[in-house]
Amino acid sequence: MKISTIITLKKDVLDPQGKVIHQTLDGMGFKDINEVRQGKYFEIDVNESDPAKAKKIVEDMCKKLLANLVIENYKIIETQ
Amino acid sequence: MKSSVITFPGSNCDRDMDVALKKFGFKNKMVWHDDNELPKSDLVVLPGGFSYGDYLRCGSMASKSKIMQSVINFAKSGGLVMGICNGFQILVETGLVPGVLLRNKYLEFICKNVFIKVDNKENFYFKNLDKDIFEFHIAHNEGNYFCTKDQLKEIEDNNQIAIYYCNDKGQIEDQFNPNGSIKNIAGIFNKEKNVLGMMPHPERMIDQSLSGEDGSLFFKNLINNIK
Repeated sequence: MKISTIITLKKDVLDPQGKVIHQTLDGMGFKDINEVRQGKYFEIDVNESDPAKAKKIVEDMCKKLLANLVIENYKIIETQ
Repeated sequence: MKSSVITFPGSNCDRDMDVALKKFGFKNKMVWHDDNELPKSDLVVLPGGFSYGDYLRCGSMASKSKIMQSVINFAKSGGLVMGICNGFQILVETGLVPGVLLRNKYLEFICKNVFIKVDNKENFYFKNLDKDIFEFHIAHNEGNYFCTKDQLKEIEDNNQIAIYYCNDKGQIEDQFNPNGSIKNIAGIFNKEKNVLGMMPHPERMIDQSLSGEDGSLFFKNLINNIK
């Protein structure tokens, strides 16, 4: 089954790319932005039909490789 | 004295490091990332470059490659492991040294000479050096050292800050910080001081006609300290 995970920078970590995107959007006329934070999205097709087990496998991947827990958080989403 | 330089797919300072180590008397071996065992070494170097194309996070894939388990065991048994630039990024991803290296503050790839100040000489890498301020080269996109407040306190309490960015007089100020690193940190030790990660490249400063000699001072001193 497909499991998705979103990795985002923790709140107190500076996100210079998000900042530049914010400035560019602002320059384009999108004036109502408080903040932009950039993250990463992964879609992983796991050979496991039990959603709980599949999520656990992806969570393990997040902890060991996909996210660096010093600066990033992860959120797991079941997609199908 | 025997050294090993690990080559990952995408390393590009591995041969420069090989030249530098040999010039100052190391018997150096190049070790492929997919090997299982390190040869007998007094020093292991993780070189600069763009291992695995900097995919995911710089150094993250390389930190999981086959040879790294052997490097981690070597470091944990007290062996000297030095990571330069991408090598430093690999070290933080293994957890051998604390913190992470974020994208440079102003989103620019920086390639220039900088001055660094050696803060702690009670270790194999810097003891007996007769000066504190060195001119080294940096070339990186992700050298912005970051750690949590708790980690920073621990790093400072254990004297783990190895080098700072500064000016030619050794003043450590914000205006001499090229990439936004916390406290101008350019290099960090592990608690035991046998593992050193730093962004500047001493191997690019070993020839007066090409660059400068501050790297020569570093390597000459290093081999004497290990002997």
